[in-house]
Amino acid sequence: MITECQQHRLAATLAACALLFMTGCATPRGTGDLGLVIERAAGRVQVVNTSQPRTLATIAGLGDLSHASVVYSRDARYAYVFGRDGGLTKVDLLCRRIVKRVLQSGNAIGGAISQDGKLIAVSNYTPGGVKVFDAMTLEAVSEIPAVYGDGLRSKVVGLVDAPGNRFVFSLYDAGEIWIAGLHDPKKPVVQKFTHIGKQPYDGTVTPDGRYYIAGLFGEDGLALLDLWQPEQGVKRVLQGYGRGEQALPVYKMPHMDYWALAGDSAYVPAVGRHEVLMIDQRTWKETGRVAVAGQPVFVVARPDGRQIWVNFAPPHNDTVQVIDSLNGKIVKTLTPGKAVLHMEFTPRGENVWLSVRDDDRVKVYDTETFAEIAVLPADKPSGILFTPRAHRIGQ
Amino acid sequence: MMNAMQIRFGIILWLTLFFPSAAVRADIPVARQSALRYLLAQDCGSCHGLTLQGGLGPALTREALAGKPAELLRAVILHGRPGTPMAPWQPFMSEAEAEWLVQQLLEGKAL
Repeated sequence: MITECQQHRLAATLAACALLFMTGCATPRGTGDLGLVIERAAGRVQVVNTSQPRTLATIAGLGDLSHASVVYSRDARYAYVFGRDGGLTKVDLLCRRIVKRVLQSGNAIGGAISQDGKLIAVSNYTPGGVKVFDAMTLEAVSEIPAVYGDGLRSKVVGLVDAPGNRFVFSLYDAGEIWIAGLHDPKKPVVQKFTHIGKQPYDGTVTPDGRYYIAGLFGEDGLALLDLWQPEQGVKRVLQGYGRGEQALPVYKMPHMDYWALAGDSAYVPAVGRHEVLMIDQRTWKETGRVAVAGQPVFVVARPDGRQIWVNFAPPHNDTVQVIDSLNGKIVKTLTPGKAVLHMEFTPRGENVWLSVRDDDRVKVYDTETFAEIAVLPADKPSGILFTPRAHRIGQ
Repeated sequence: MMNAMQIRFGIILWLTLFFPSAAVRADIPVARQSALRYLLAQDCGSCHGLTLQGGLGPALTREALAGKPAELLRAVILHGRPGTPMAPWQPFMSEAEAEWLVQQLLEGKAL
């Protein structure tokens, strides 16, 4: 009796060395405590174990992984890695190998998996638009060109999944938000919202899948779309948060990763201000702002919502700050090393993993004591993405 | 309508185009050269791609930059481009260093 993994391996790599057969897939295990660390320059990913912080395997051959991101299949066995060079790579976490890789565009930025887990959508810069693939085979299913104005193509950002087998995304150059319904995967039905604001740079969806929020680079504010009532259109929220003051230079674009909700407030990066903005999620009004060490890049909530962790653009990218959501005050400032690019919590938040690019390290901290509990070597690590994302809307 | 930033940018551009000698071409120490190359790949690369093939920002390959005046490129690096996410990188490098970086880019030897 051979396992499914071994069957895959036999079929794919007849010539693989015997040693490989002896390792990797031999022991059945779950994937709930696994994840990937992107080694952006080397085009590799590390498969990591978050229960005993360590690297299990390194998988090479994923192309240009600057700005790479990952979504997981609903069985949390497969990772779909979106590379800058348009590469879409399906990685098997259990067998620790690439299942399939396609070069689907010239220049990509991210992707999403559909509610039913059957479709993978990739957002592309060149040519601007979204391409949809079969999650099983990575065969092309359909394409949504981001055409606006007189036949121009816009870069697409902030692509997320939403209930109803929909994908929602923003057109950076056009200032639009589109909802694509994929009940018929071959014939996407697109609903367009124009004039949503200047230069949406990223977007996210609330954990319940109800609200899509795009951050705007070209003006102070966020664009909000109620996906339960899209007919009400896009509203501008936090308009004019810069209070007319000269914006500070932004040396790295902020990101809107998972919607950082803690208590009644959500926390988002300000653009051109060294502040994290707090929004009341019922009224969508500002409830406060926290002065921080630099231009925030990621603002992420620990799964229980008690802490908000913030990293920064250069030249403050050696610093990470922690906000206590109870009082909106910074309770800890850490300097983990040069160029902290990403932060990811273990499933219930007792640890946080930080990628420290210039030190070639991933550091793991205890979120209660802020003690450093592990250091893993990694080549220019960027994104750290764990499998609980498999079961979250918008991730 | 030009706003104040665009006017200021225009003046800087005009000055750098017509008085290029402002930046003295100095020898950049080897260690600093590699630091600049690293900055280019990793930090400029956030928007322009690790391989400079472009991203949110345009490609910075030799082909993409062909025909663009070095002085203009230097001014963009140092002072940014208002209305776009391109920030002024002046705090991170001197004029001579920006000029060196532009030369490397134009000659396709930056990475």
